[in-house]
Parts: sequence; structure tokens; C-alpha cells
Amino acid sequence: MNNKIAVQVDDLTVAYNYKPVLWDIDLEIPEGVLMAIVGPNGAGKSTLIKSILGILNPIAGSVSIYGKSYKKQRSLVAYVPQKGSVDWDFPTTALDVVMMGTYGSLGWIKRPRQKEKKATLEALEKVGMLPFKNRQISQLSGGQQQRIFLARALVQDAAIYFMDEPFQGVDATTEIAIINILKELRKVGKTVVVVHHDLQTVPEYFDWVTFLNVKKIATGPVKDIFNDDNLTKTYGINYKVSIQE
Amino acid sequence: MNIQEYFYLVFSDYTLRTITLGTAILGAVTGMLGSFAVLRKQSLLGDAISHAALPGIAISFLITGAKDSNTLLLGALVSGLIGTFWIRGIITKTHLKSDTALGLILSLFFGFGMLLLTFIQKQPNANQAGLDKYLFGQAATLIESDVWMMAIVTGLCLFVLLLFWKEFKILLFDKDYAKTLGFNTKTIDVLITSFIVLAIVLGLQTVGVVLMSAMLLAPAAAARQWTNSLAKMVFLAALFGACSGVFGTAISASQNNLSTGPVIVIVAAVFVFISFVFSPSRGLLFKQIRFIKNRRDLELHKTLAFMYGIAETHENISHPHEIKILNNFQGFTKGTLKKLVEKKYVIIKGTTWSLTNEGFKSASNLYNQLTQQDE
Repeated sequence: MNNKIAVQVDDLTVAYNYKPVLWDIDLEIPEGVLMAIVGPNGAGKSTLIKSILGILNPIAGSVSIYGKSYKKQRSLVAYVPQKGSVDWDFPTTALDVVMMGTYGSLGWIKRPRQKEKKATLEALEKVGMLPFKNRQISQLSGGQQQRIFLARALVQDAAIYFMDEPFQGVDATTEIAIINILKELRKVGKTVVVVHHDLQTVPEYFDWVTFLNVKKIATGPVKDIFNDDNLTKTYGINYKVSIQE
Repeated sequence: MNIQEYFYLVFSDYTLRTITLGTAILGAVTGMLGSFAVLRKQSLLGDAISHAALPGIAISFLITGAKDSNTLLLGALVSGLIGTFWIRGIITKTHLKSDTALGLILSLFFGFGMLLLTFIQKQPNANQAGLDKYLFGQAATLIESDVWMMAIVTGLCLFVLLLFWKEFKILLFDKDYAKTLGFNTKTIDVLITSFIVLAIVLGLQTVGVVLMSAMLLAPAAAARQWTNSLAKMVFLAALFGACSGVFGTAISASQNNLSTGPVIVIVAAVFVFISFVFSPSRGLLFKQIRFIKNRRDLELHKTLAFMYGIAETHENISHPHEIKILNNFQGFTKGTLKKLVEKKYVIIKGTTWSLTNEGFKSASNLYNQLTQQDE
């Protein structure tokens, strides 16, 4: 890890109606970390990611990716949405969904060609889904669907990955497979930001953590700030976890 | 005229040819665009748009006094678009759900349109007769220029569809993701919706305000049953739509001039029914057959496994046992025993059965076989 800042968020405030969902968030994500965003339901974790990615319009605040606005740096960023956000009965195959990851670099009108197909197959291989490439996506299990989404982001070959609950509803095998891929991404210097729910696995999986509950509670290395104090501040109850050193 | 005569006449009779061509093209373009409406879960949007077009027809008649379809349909287009944007506005600006917004605009515009129609009918002007044909449509009034108009719009729609195929697909499947890739989803959205409005307006003269949404939905719903590929679905929907148009016109022309619009819609509904029942992968019939077959197979395997459990305890696996002991086992019937004999897994002698070598082998790795099939 070096001292370069991959993502910088300043004074970000988001509201859906009247009540703010995010309030005055300042956040710096250093390059090369594997970071968890934790917080209770309704804390604004998904909203934070969506606002950084320009899917939602914040009321105030700014986001920069490696010092420039997100719009200019779009090609450096990949996104894995929540699995439940799409209709899996859509008439398409696993290969086709992963191929969508190449659409961004292709731009308008141009169709995927041999080069894009090759990248797609490689990504499918990486997540262990190559044998299922021609499956209709509704016939995949929840874990397999999650891997397909991960592969789609891998095809983008980005520098920063944002993932919204990639471990939700997947079995232990898939969870291990996914976290191994994320750790590999970190090894080659990529930055990975994950909305995460399972507090027990935070110290094992991640090296950086952000506590969020509408306001930012704390952010920093897991070994320094993942403690009862911050957990209690975030979740509002006296939360005790054993932290493995 | 019977149906054979009709198909003979279609190539020689100018009027029949025009009408058939018109309904076929209309069916194709609405089927094509309907696929997108169905996949976006905006099935009711078509209904709302077509109803919203009615006041436009009436107003454009009131202003121009003209009765040629292009002028009236231009009015329909304008009020259809206004209705669509109001629906979008209501959904994004208020807490109301989309079904509420659709229902609201649909009934409001339709009510206003009906009010204008009755107002026009009370006018001392003989020219107004026949404006109500837009309610249920009247294919017989199609003329060559109408068909040309439909063909041009269909061609344009096909061109745009092929050009932006990738963008349409990603918008339909995952809008937020498309946004992060840098696509302007609003532009794609407006493009699709505008074409849907255009197709609906073109169909008003033929099928009418009330039934128009069926032209959009029925071919698409039928097509979805047969394929798991978006391209094939759009193609099939266009085909089903065109066939509905042709057969609907044929039936209506050959049966004492039944009203064409409703007949086309009923033919389309027949396509839907056949697809729901007989599609190999998603149809109800094959689903039920597969379900029963799987159950039978499982019963068979469980019986074999039960026999295996008994045979295992003996040194000679083909040691004969009384059939009676099988009666204690739930899945066992005479049918299953017969099937096992047919498969040469079991030999029956008098009132005893015994496993064959083959049966024993098959039973010993039954579980592995079943789970492998599952993978």
C-alpha cells in the first residue's frame, strides 16, 4: 500500500425525500486497500456507493477518482450491483451478461468482437463459471449469479471495484471463491470497496474498514479501528466481537 | 368468401392486399416493440398510451375539421406523448406507484376523449361520422398511404433497434450498471418509449384505442415462452404479431366481415394460449409431464434402493425374497416392480424377487448417478 488516494469524497449529502440518507460524508480511500463498509440497515451503505458512481444525484458534495471527477475517470471504476437489483428471468445467457462488462470501453453502437469475447471467457474462467457460459441466467444458483456479476466487473479491468453485498445469499464455497478473487485484486494493486454485513469476517477478509450510519463514524485500518467502541457508535448497542490479532 | 378464396384473392384484390399488408406490418412492429415493454415490466404503459391518444384525435378533428387519418393520428401522437410524459412525471415526482400513475392517466385521458367525441357527435356537421372507429378500429379504412406510413416507421424502428441493440439490451437488464458504464440511459429510454408511442398511434386506426395494448403484449408474451435469447424473442414476437395480423384479417374478411381489430387480438391470444401450454421448456404441459416423470423415476429408484438394502445383508445378492416384504415400503407399487423387471434389475419367480447383478450395481451408485445428472 502507498499513500496515493484512489477515491476522495467531500461533504457528500444525499436525501431521497426529506430525511437525509447520508450526511456530510468525508472519506478518503487509499489505493490498494480491500475495504469493507459496515453499518446497520438503512445506514446508507448502498447509497454511498451509488452516489460515488453517479447513479444517484447527491444534494451536496463532490467525489473524485484519482484527483479527477468521476465522469472523466469512469473507465477506472467497475461496479457489482446487488444481485436482487435485476430480473434474473431476463432472456439471456451467462456469457452475454459478462460480455456487458465490455460495453463501456466499446462505447455507443460498436459491437463486441473477438477481443471482447476472449476477455469475457477469461473472466468466466476466473470465477469458475466457464462450464455454465451458455446457461440461461435464471437456471443459475444464487452463488453462480453472484459470480457472474463479479466476472462482469472483472472484464472491465478497472483500478477500483465497488461491490454491493457480494456475499449476500451465497454459500460458503462461493464466499471463499469470491474473497480469494478480491484478495488477488488487492495483490495486484487494485482498490476494492465492499458493502459488507457479516461483522465476524471483517478482520479476516479486509484490511481497511469504514463505519457508516448516515454519518461517517470512522474509517481506517481494520487493526486500528475495528473495535467495540466504533461498533457501539455505529450500531447503537453494546456490540462485542472478538478480534483476532 | 371462405379462407381459401381469401388467400387466393389477397394477391389480386387491391383492397384486401392493402389491408392484409397493413395489419401484418402493424403486428410485426408492435410485437417487436412489445418485447421491450414486457421485459421492462411496463406492460400497462401501452394501454395507457393508446387511451391517452383519444383526446388528441378528437381535438385534431375539432381544429382542422379534416378526416384524413394522418392529420388525426398526428393529434393522437401528440396527446399520447403528453400522456406518457405525465406518467413519467407522476412516477418520478410523487410517491405514487407506476400502476396508479398509469391508471390515472389512462382513465383521465380516455374520459376526456369520450367527452369530446360525444360533443362532436352533437355538432350539426355530417362530417363527424366515423370518428368513433378509433375506439375499436376499422381495418377496412386502411389505404395505401397508411400502409406506406407503417412500413416507413417499421423500417426506421428496425434500423434503430439494430444500431442500438447492445444499448437497449443493457438498459433492459441492468439500468444502473449501464449508467456506470457511461451510457446516457435517459436517451435510450426516451428512444424506446417514443417508438412504442409511435407504433401504438399507427395501430389506432386498425385495432383501436381499447384493444391496442393486446397487440403490444400478446405476441411478446407468447414469444417469451419459446426462447431464452432476446434476439430470438424479438424476432418471434414480430413473427407472431404479423401472423396474427394476416390470419385475423383473413378470418374477418371470410366470415361475413367480422370486425377486424378484435379478431386480430383473438388470434394473438390463441398464440399466447398455445405458447403457454405447449412450449417445451416453459409450457404448462411439458412442465407437468416432466414433474410426473421425475416423480415416477424417483419412486423407482427408491424401491431399488430399498431392495438393495435387503440384498446387501445376504452373501448371495440374488438370494430370492418374498414380494410381501416390499409392501412395507411406501413408494412400492406393482407398476414399479414391473418396470424394474423390464430394466432387468430384478427377476421374479413365483412370489419371490431377486436382484440381478446389474440391478445391484446400478443400485450401489444410485445416489452418485442422481447427483451427477443434477450438475
